[in-house]
Amino acid sequence: MRVHVDPSKCQGHNRCYALAPELFDVDDYGNAFELNDGVVPAGLEDKARLALANCPEFAISIEE
Amino acid sequence: MSETVYGPVTDWATDFDHASPAYAADMHKIWDDLKNSGCPIAHTDRYGGTWLPLTHELVHEIAYDTAHFSSQGPVVGQLKPSELEDSVPAPIGGAPPISSDPPFHAEARRLLLPAFSPKVIDPWREEVITICNQLIDDMGDADHIDAALQYSQHIPVMVIARMLGLPVEDGDKFRGWVNLVLSGIGEERTEARMQQFMEFNEYLEFHVNDHIENPRDDLISFLLNAEIFGEKLSPRHVAGSVILLLIAGIDTTWSGIGSSLWHLATNSVDRRRLVENPDMIPAAVEEFLRAYAPVTMARLVKEDMEFHGVQMKKEDWVLLPFPAANRDDKQFANAHEVVIDREENRHAAFGLGIHRCLGSNLARLEMNVAVEVFLQRFPDFSVDANEIVTWSTGQVRGPRSLPFVVNARA
Repeated sequence: MRVHVDPSKCQGHNRCYALAPELFDVDDYGNAFELNDGVVPAGLEDKARLALANCPEFAISIEE
Repeated sequence: MSETVYGPVTDWATDFDHASPAYAADMHKIWDDLKNSGCPIAHTDRYGGTWLPLTHELVHEIAYDTAHFSSQGPVVGQLKPSELEDSVPAPIGGAPPISSDPPFHAEARRLLLPAFSPKVIDPWREEVITICNQLIDDMGDADHIDAALQYSQHIPVMVIARMLGLPVEDGDKFRGWVNLVLSGIGEERTEARMQQFMEFNEYLEFHVNDHIENPRDDLISFLLNAEIFGEKLSPRHVAGSVILLLIAGIDTTWSGIGSSLWHLATNSVDRRRLVENPDMIPAAVEEFLRAYAPVTMARLVKEDMEFHGVQMKKEDWVLLPFPAANRDDKQFANAHEVVIDREENRHAAFGLGIHRCLGSNLARLEMNVAVEVFLQRFPDFSVDANEIVTWSTGQVRGPRSLPFVVNARA
């Protein structure tokens, strides 16, 4: 599984970083980006889905 | 709470008043009735012409459409910005960046974003815990408390005053001015009110000048040193941003904390779950933000246009009721139910698009800590049946008095 934050949609709500800091980080301006090229380590798939389900701007996508 | 200068509402579809006491008392039913009667966008001639879209889809569309909708007037008033003699024109507006449009907006916002990023805000946690515990200590051993007047209203004021570098003991003054700007929108523009606005401006001018003479490590000094398009910010821009941070940071978070505590006072099952499982608090706070979103913003129509079948005129106000978007059952399952462990929660309490609340990380921190500390200290509390809970009117909604009985303390 891979996650991706669309930087043109992200407005810095920081929900993904709060819910899944293993998968996402934020820069000094609060813009989110995926860690480890978006590769989701085994066992963290639910966290990836939770981040997607809580992004108000629909900026996160998942490739299964 | 009194009627606005426009008097009681006669019809919610064609004569609504979002600052009326009737709206504050019954907004959820008003939105549902309007939507069910086939009216997704209500209108009123009040405030010089105002629109109220009610679905998540419409609110989302307008929030994103900065080409047709300007942020120059984020709070609806009786006069349009063009009718005010001291208004700052678009794209800058009187309180950048909330009042700004592209392309200026991005620059003004970029200045402030690093001061409110999660990694800068998280270290304030201990300070907020101390403030919350101190406020509860100050209540002594009273069984009857007011959680709005003695607790929720103080937390954001104390935090933002410290961040800005303004005297913490001026909290009452700040709250008076915030009330003047936000809650008084439907009241008469009396001499006394104009005098208060002048005092607010003089106060800010004094403190901005004091920071010019005596720079220190706080947000006002940070703003005075910041540059936009290669030039230092004007003292007016700095004062405008301070007004924004005070107004946006106080009433809103106070409302968010108050609504959360009101929910827990009136829902003992949810309260017990959070007392027993404090690790559920962050998700519960998100649900309180969805269900009781405090903030409705406004836009101004840039030019005459048709929008989803209605004719909007240049300089009409358009409200963005994020609280209504958050209760849209097309977007949320069981939208009217408060589900404290809701898993899918794309709520719009902090807005959508380029104006996403700059202070959302701070607001979330304050709400989480405020709920956590309150439940630790008062594991059982309820609304005092002999007293009345009052709610604010206008574009920020939250309880202004929360008479509670403390049934157990830890």
